[in-house]
Amino acid sequence: MSIDMQQFHAVFFEESQEHLEEMEQLLLALDIEAPDSEMLNSIFRAAHSIKGGSGIFGFDALGSVTHIMENLLDKIRKGQMAISSSMVDLFLRSVDQLKDILHSYRTNESIDWASVHQLTQQLELVTSGKNQQEADLEKKQGYGFFPKTESLPEDAYGFFDKPAADDSFGFFDDTVEADGFGFFGDLPAAVGQPAQSATESARAASAAVFGFFEELLEPGNTKNASENNPGAGIPAFSPHNIVEIKNLPDPPVTIPTASPVAVDSFEKTVSEKKDPEQKQPIPKQKPADHVSVESSSIRVDVAKVDQLINLVGEIVITQSMMSLLGKSLEGALAEKFQAVANELERNTREIQEAVMSIRMLPVSFVFNRFPRVVRDLSTKLGKQIELLIEGGETELDKGLTEKLVDPLTHLVRNSIDHGIESADVRRARGKNATGKVVLRAAQQGGNIVISIRDDGGGLNRERILAKARENNIPIGENPRDEDVWQLIFAPGFSTAAEVTDVSGRGVGMDVVKRNVQSLGGRIDIESRAGQGAIFTIHLPLTLAIVDGMGVAVGDQTFIVPLVHIVESMQPAAKDIKTLAGEDQLLHVRNEYWPILSLHKVMQLEPQFTDTSKGIVVLIETTKYRFALFVDALVGQQQVVIKSLEKHYKRVQGVAGATIMGDGSVALILDVESLALSVNQTAHLAIAV
Amino acid sequence: MSKQVLIVDDSVSVRQMVEATLKSAGYIVTAAKDGLEALNICKARSFDFILTDQNMPNMDGLTFIKSTRELPAHLRTPIVVLTTEASDAMKAQGRAAGATGWMVKPFDPAKLLEIAKKVMG
Repeated sequence: MSIDMQQFHAVFFEESQEHLEEMEQLLLALDIEAPDSEMLNSIFRAAHSIKGGSGIFGFDALGSVTHIMENLLDKIRKGQMAISSSMVDLFLRSVDQLKDILHSYRTNESIDWASVHQLTQQLELVTSGKNQQEADLEKKQGYGFFPKTESLPEDAYGFFDKPAADDSFGFFDDTVEADGFGFFGDLPAAVGQPAQSATESARAASAAVFGFFEELLEPGNTKNASENNPGAGIPAFSPHNIVEIKNLPDPPVTIPTASPVAVDSFEKTVSEKKDPEQKQPIPKQKPADHVSVESSSIRVDVAKVDQLINLVGEIVITQSMMSLLGKSLEGALAEKFQAVANELERNTREIQEAVMSIRMLPVSFVFNRFPRVVRDLSTKLGKQIELLIEGGETELDKGLTEKLVDPLTHLVRNSIDHGIESADVRRARGKNATGKVVLRAAQQGGNIVISIRDDGGGLNRERILAKARENNIPIGENPRDEDVWQLIFAPGFSTAAEVTDVSGRGVGMDVVKRNVQSLGGRIDIESRAGQGAIFTIHLPLTLAIVDGMGVAVGDQTFIVPLVHIVESMQPAAKDIKTLAGEDQLLHVRNEYWPILSLHKVMQLEPQFTDTSKGIVVLIETTKYRFALFVDALVGQQQVVIKSLEKHYKRVQGVAGATIMGDGSVALILDVESLALSVNQTAHLAIAV
Repeated sequence: MSKQVLIVDDSVSVRQMVEATLKSAGYIVTAAKDGLEALNICKARSFDFILTDQNMPNMDGLTFIKSTRELPAHLRTPIVVLTTEASDAMKAQGRAAGATGWMVKPFDPAKLLEIAKKVMG
């Protein structure tokens, strides 16, 4: 028999990574003043699990760090030590380092033992920090922990009867006497022996096991063992009473926290023995959810999901070809065919939604890193900052969530570094000394909107303009605020009065904008001097498929994403107003919509140049509204987005391309960017 | 007939390792991710050997053992606790809960089979 332990490594790595993430989140959520006992237990369990696995699979560096963390956490959760923010800091640093170590094991890199030792020493120091008080406490509480065996000389075990005995496992006297298991006796050497560390046990485990079984069968031992009845707590027969007296439990003591993990005093175990339900509160915390999620999910390579999505895309195209074909049929058969085609269309849509949902992840996967970022940054900058996260459950394509990390991190850092003022300045301005940053995600139609809002000083118009002039960025006379804000996205633009450690080191907002754009998204800024700024990122829900309306201009078909369409109509000539220049406005129900002629934007030869002869599609984008003038409507359909950039190049006003049912290519319009080319102020002049 | 073993551990990797090891020796293995799940399984059927971790969410090993011992089918089932510390307190608790024995983590496959053999013959 030989078991290849390597096969379990990947699972162990995944699992440990999850434990570390969970630990980090719990640590950040922990209220130091009044720590939640279940949270402490969960943190402890995470460290414990990593330690257990790393022992079995031989990842010593992980084991040695988590072992001491576990000891320290155990003291904290048992109320023997109060948690402090410096401890949380140390734990967080340990989590970071554990992640590094895990990564090293994963990638077969060598372990940085020097830093591991440094960390374990620090943890040891904290753990032993209050040794004296603790010893007293232990006496009072009737239980405690032996000093860590690593620090004891090897021969510390000489003290006991059978130092060589294998204590790595053993059998208790069976509590049900005459049930045939009587031959399992207790192991004398095991009684009164100090708690073993993982490493010690490992060493012991490698010792010969047969000596142990011989002992086991010695009648004297069995007798001793039976005398060692549970009610007596620590047995009296051992020759090492001196050691044990120290650990004799005092009469029943209340344990400060109702820990569901029964490694506390013996009395407790006995007194509650008959009431397991009461003793065992079911934790409502994350770990429980976490486990249930784990057990009902499978891990699948993203590439496989993507392949599925691609294939579904092809089915969508085939299906639309079929529908088109059906329209050329006539008679009773055509009716039947149409019914079947409709059924297929519905099924295709459902498959598509189901497949897309596989790739969807809650935004919290990205958001969850920010409490840490904010905590570290605010400490570094000496600012008081409260981070609020809203809408973390909003789901977003996995591909998008991953690429969002960098831009969002940059924006959050930016808000904290440049946005939020120092506590003194805030007080002087009559604000709460603690600055607030709100990270929010929400779905709006076919878009995901993520915003980063701070209640800091807002963007400084004058400074941005000055900086723009310095950088020779062309600016118009008296530009609108929105245009000024967009200037910060220019390459190499930084208005920070001084370059701080945190931001303003060249990786600028231009990169953020490019990243967001590469995801098919857009970024907007709103700012009010003295009140704060909002950075809003609009992203498509998915990158693959869109519901669209086909519109024709000349011999070309374009797709307008359906979510943006308010309505389509043939305008009456009287409703069209022409302004000075060529700008036209459409009067609809007491409102004026600027008209954008698609043939002009795309430089095509249209069927109609007279607006009243063609069709206008009223489009509402996240910020602006306009009427798109086209020749005709072709029909509504689902289209698979193919990247135009990948096959050709980025075209202004175009989000991508798609293949139509008849095999022709249609461009998908990017209405958001089209909206920007409309003169948005003209209609205001009339409307007001 | 092959012996039936129940392994209870919240760690997937440990569970897989124990499962693979015992299966390689011809045992039939059932796995549970915590005490609560294991207890529900035990209410429905019997085992020749139960190996349980101590520290688990939802229900820890000792509570699981105590509850299992109240089931008539499991009065005599050998139950071994996996623990990282073989301290007196731990052992006293294990004994009180009704465990048959203990095994210290970490362990290797050989040790695991050794114990399985000892318990089930």
